[in-house]
Amino acid sequence: AETAGFGLGRDALPVEIAAWDIDVRPDGAGLPAGSGDVWTGEEVFVEKCAMCHGDFGEAVGRWPVLAGGHNTLSDEDPVKTIGSYWPYLSTVYDYINRAMPFGMAQSLTNDEVYAITAYLLYVNDLVDDDFELSNENFLEVRLPNEPNFFMDDRATAEYPIFSVEPCMENCKDSVEITMHASVLDVTPEDENAAQEDAT
Amino acid sequence: MTKIYKGMKPTRRSFLTGAAASGVAMVSAKAANAEGDPAIINKQEWNQYLGEGVDARPYGMPSQFESHVRRQDVPWLTADPVSSVNFTPLHELDGIITPNGLCFERHHAGIAEVDPAEHRLMINGLVDRPLVFTMEDLMRFPRENHVYFLECAANTGMEWAGAQLNGCQFTHGMIHNVMYTGVPLRLLLQEAGVKTTGKWIMPEGADASGMTRSIPIEKALDDCLVAFKMNGEALRPEQGYPVRLVVPGWEGNMWIKWLRRIEVGDQPWHHREETSKYTDLLADGQARRFTWEMDAKSVITSPSPQAPITQGPGPLVITGVAWSGRGTIPRVDVTIDGGITWQQARMSGPSLNKSMHRFYLDVEWDGKPMLLQSRAHDSTGYVQPTKEQLRHVRGENSIYHNNSIQTWAVNEKGEAENVEIS
Repeated sequence: AETAGFGLGRDALPVEIAAWDIDVRPDGAGLPAGSGDVWTGEEVFVEKCAMCHGDFGEAVGRWPVLAGGHNTLSDEDPVKTIGSYWPYLSTVYDYINRAMPFGMAQSLTNDEVYAITAYLLYVNDLVDDDFELSNENFLEVRLPNEPNFFMDDRATAEYPIFSVEPCMENCKDSVEITMHASVLDVTPEDENAAQEDAT
Repeated sequence: MTKIYKGMKPTRRSFLTGAAASGVAMVSAKAANAEGDPAIINKQEWNQYLGEGVDARPYGMPSQFESHVRRQDVPWLTADPVSSVNFTPLHELDGIITPNGLCFERHHAGIAEVDPAEHRLMINGLVDRPLVFTMEDLMRFPRENHVYFLECAANTGMEWAGAQLNGCQFTHGMIHNVMYTGVPLRLLLQEAGVKTTGKWIMPEGADASGMTRSIPIEKALDDCLVAFKMNGEALRPEQGYPVRLVVPGWEGNMWIKWLRRIEVGDQPWHHREETSKYTDLLADGQARRFTWEMDAKSVITSPSPQAPITQGPGPLVITGVAWSGRGTIPRVDVTIDGGITWQQARMSGPSLNKSMHRFYLDVEWDGKPMLLQSRAHDSTGYVQPTKEQLRHVRGENSIYHNNSIQTWAVNEKGEAENVEIS
C-alpha cells in the first residue's frame, strides 16, 4: 500500500528478510523444518557446549547452569535453569540459534539446534532418552514453570503504598546500623563466608 | 542467580589509592604559613613556559590530574568481561550530563565494531511494506533532541541482600544520562505502515548476542527514538555505534544497541532477555515479567565511600542525583541523621522528563558522624521507598529494579561507608 511517509528506504527482499528474521515465538511461529534426538544432541553438546556448560548442563566455573534447580525458586538461593525457571521451550531454540555457542554464534544447523534442545530437555528430566524433537511436535512440550510468571503489577501492588506523603520530623526514636559493607570486605577464597554474612 | 552478586569487593584502600595516585593535594587556604603559600610565592612551570599548541590535541582528553575518573568493573560479578558490565564514576561527576567516555557499558557479546557504510536497519513483519534503511536514509528523517537516563535493570542489584559494595560508582553506577539526537521510531514505523494487527515490536541488535526484546506498540509510537548521536557526537562503539534504540524511562536492556532490525508482531516474543533474564523473582517463587519502567530513585554521590570529606568540619556540599522513569523529580529529601529528620534539598539545573536531576544540600558539618540518605519524589507522587519496604513486597531474589534509599555512614574523619540502618 502507498504510505504517506518520506519515501525513504527501499523494499526489503524476501531473501534478506529470511537471512535476518530467525526469531521463534512460544506459539511456534518462526520454527524452521527440522528435527534432532537426545543422543545426537548429547554428541553436539559435548563437542560444542560442554566446555562451558558441563556435560550435563551443570556448568563449569561461573558459566550458566542449564539443568537442575527444580523446586528452588522460593529458596534463599534459587537455582534458575531452563528446567526450573524458563517458561517456554521456544526461547531455548531461539536463543541457542541466535547467540550460541558464545563466540561462534549462528554456526549451528537447524537440526543441531533441535538436537541440543532435546538434550537439554533430557538433562532437565523432562523427556526420555529416546525423545526426538521436531517442528512437528515442538508445541507438545511445555516447561514446568510456565504458569509462574505474571505481568508487572507494581501499579497496584506497590505504587499506592509508596505514594503517601512521608514523615519529615521526629520520624523515629533512634537509628542503629544493621549491616556494614566493610564486613563483606572479603577475599575471593572467602566467598562462601560473604554469602553467610549477607543473609 | 543472586550468587554472582555476592562475595568479595574491591577494597576501600584501592579506591583511595586511586585518588592519591592522581597527585591531587588539596590544601586549605588556612594552611599557609608566615612565609607565604609556595603555590603563590614560587613560580610554577605553567607560569613561565609555553604549553602545547592547538594542533596537539585534535580530540581532547581530560586533565592528567583527573585520570582516576574512569569506568571500573568488578571482575567477580560475571563469568567473563565480554558479557559483563562496568560502572560510571558518579562520585566524581556533577550536573546531569554524563561524559560519553564515562558512560557505563553493558554488553552481552562484546563491543561490535560496525562499519556504518555496511550497516542496515530492516523493518519487517506486520507492515504494509518491509523496508531496508541505510544510515544515510536515517539521516534524512526529521530529528529530535532529548536528554534521558539509561539505567540498567540490575543497577543496585548486588545490594538486595545487604550492604555490599563500598562506593556509589558500584552500587548505583549502571546509569548514564546524555542528550540523544535521533529519529522518532514512530516515523520509521509509519514509513513501513504498521498493520492494525501489529501490537508489539521486536528490536534486534547486530552484535553476536543478537539482542532482542518485545516492546508494546504504544511505547514504540510514543517516545522511542532511533538515535545516532549522544551529547552532540556520534554514538560511541560501546554505546551502539552507529545507531541504537532509546526507550525513555524503561530498563536499559531494552535500549538495543547496533540496531539492525525491527519486527512488528501481534504478540510478544518471550525471548531470553525477557524470560530467563529481566524477570523479577518474588519470595513465593512467582516472577514478574515485563517490568519495564524504572521507578523513582536517588543517591548521594558526595560525600560517599569513594568521595570522603577531606576538608574537615565547616561548610559541606551534600550532592547527588535523582531520576524517575515515570516523569520528573520535583523534590528530593535529605537526612543527615538516618531518617529522624529530613530536609528538602535544593534542585539545580534543568528538570527534564525521564532524565537525571541534580540536588544539593548545603550544610555546616560539625565533625560528628552522620547517616546520610536521599529520598526522591517523582512528578506522579511516588516516593522512593526504603530497602525494607521493597523487600517486604518482593523478598531478596528479584535481582532487578532495586530503587531503594541508600545510606552512607560518615565518621568523624569524614570517611563514608555503605551501610544498612534500622
